[in-house]
Amino acid sequence: MTNLEKWIAFKTIVRREIQRFLRIWPQTLLPPVITIVLYFVIFGTLIGSRIGEMSGLPYIQFVAPGLIMMSVITNSYSNVVSSFFGSKFQRNIEELLVSPTPNWIILLGFVVGGMCRGLGVGLIVTVLSLYFADFNIHSLPITIGIVLMTSLMFSLAGLINAVFARNFDDISIIPTFVLTPLTYLGGVFYSIELLGDFWSKVSMINPVLYMVNAFRYGIAGISDIPAYWAFAMVGLFSVLLFFTALHLLEKGSRLRS
Amino acid sequence: MQPALAISQLNKTYEGNFQALKGISLEVHPGDFFALLGPNGAGKSTTIGIICSLVLKTSGKVSIFGCDIDTDFSQAKQHVGVVPQEFNFNQFEKPIDILINQAGYFGIPREIAFERAEKYLRQLGLWEKSHVPSRTLSGGMKRRLMIARALIHEPRLLVLDEPTAGVDIELRRSMWEFLREINARGTTIILTTHYLEEAESLCRNVAIIDHGKIIQNTSIRQLLQQLNKELFVLDTREQLDECPSIEGYPITLIDNHSLEVEVEKSQSINELFDALSQVGIHVLSMRNKANRLEELFFDLVEKNLSGEENDQS
Repeated sequence: MTNLEKWIAFKTIVRREIQRFLRIWPQTLLPPVITIVLYFVIFGTLIGSRIGEMSGLPYIQFVAPGLIMMSVITNSYSNVVSSFFGSKFQRNIEELLVSPTPNWIILLGFVVGGMCRGLGVGLIVTVLSLYFADFNIHSLPITIGIVLMTSLMFSLAGLINAVFARNFDDISIIPTFVLTPLTYLGGVFYSIELLGDFWSKVSMINPVLYMVNAFRYGIAGISDIPAYWAFAMVGLFSVLLFFTALHLLEKGSRLRS
Repeated sequence: MQPALAISQLNKTYEGNFQALKGISLEVHPGDFFALLGPNGAGKSTTIGIICSLVLKTSGKVSIFGCDIDTDFSQAKQHVGVVPQEFNFNQFEKPIDILINQAGYFGIPREIAFERAEKYLRQLGLWEKSHVPSRTLSGGMKRRLMIARALIHEPRLLVLDEPTAGVDIELRRSMWEFLREINARGTTIILTTHYLEEAESLCRNVAIIDHGKIIQNTSIRQLLQQLNKELFVLDTREQLDECPSIEGYPITLIDNHSLEVEVEKSQSINELFDALSQVGIHVLSMRNKANRLEELFFDLVEKNLSGEENDQS
């Protein structure tokens, strides 16, 4: 395949992925938006007004970056896991497997498709959050950089989950029992300063904490953790996940018999 | 000239140690219309799966128009189009999108993909349905959609795994016509089918696979020459109360107006008619009792089965 042909194959996968989540927007775009608006109403306006400040910020301004990041994480992950597993389940993944498209293009196509949904939902949530909270961007490069890398990392993780999944239960186990607890305990709703010394240290092994704090730093200029740690960690995980996913595709694990 | 398909010592052992292919070797020449026949579980779909890289081989070599599927997989895949047995497209997508996306995976620009998609959808009578969700198509339409999808990158080798399964007779005949046309235009076709009449009508060469081994690989004509005897059903003008007896021709009475006669290759049908006339029976029409290839197929598979049983004992 020439480079132009590879580019066409890549664009085809990304376009198909975008068309997929736009076609089923009541399942893919609407629910996260409603969920996040409810979070803003309950934690930001109703409860937040009684909480007061967190790390020197009004509570609604404190939770807003975390809620945006939460929507990016869950949507990036769930788009790739459901789309790739759906393709396996309906066997239309075979359309790609019989084609000369290299595995790394297949991988990038699905991942970029997942990032488009994650970032798209993140953007919608950001626009909605402006209705509830005022905030200025402290550092645009950090904000955009960390959100892009986080979306990339969770899209890759979603693909690996989908490769291993044998049924629909397998694609909901990780989001329910791993992703949701990590996100809720990842400093979205509180600063780790509130935790005791021991639980603060335990929290440091949660990768979501780094991403949420780096994103909050980019927007509000405050963080429990230096932003460069977040970039290093997300970068390292992304590289590891990329090569793991590529290896699984090359091997044909659970794709080719 | 490079063979369209060359398979050498191909083995496939699945998990659980089930050996689906036991060192098969096969060559299909460019422009051929080739039948790969065999009973269920014989290894046909495994062979096709390996050719189009949906199944990983255990050992052996496969090359398509001289391109090895291991070392030159990109070029090899460009040469093959596959129509699988099961529907394997996204049922929520429209036929036009399925075809354009498939073209994209082969690196074909969108404008060209659209032109080709329209061409093949029209040729296969699906253009009217090109913009409806593909789940709403009938079974026959879905099969034709998979043929259009397999042709979108204009492969030199088209592999069809039971393409007419569950398709009504009229549609099956029109699909045969279409396949004959694309074969006449130079596309090599490999076909697996359970309808042996289909193989006899369409294909020039045949391989019969059973228990993971090729038990016959020849031309359809030569294969049919192996038939020593044929069974004919004769419809008679006279009402028959008992079965006539003609020396050298075993006859069975089917009903009052039909007889079943076994005729060996060395025997003359004219002599049979003469003999029947002499006993006052006139034949109005005659037909083969079963498809000729079908008889031979069962004969070969049965022989292979008894051979395997002897090996085991």
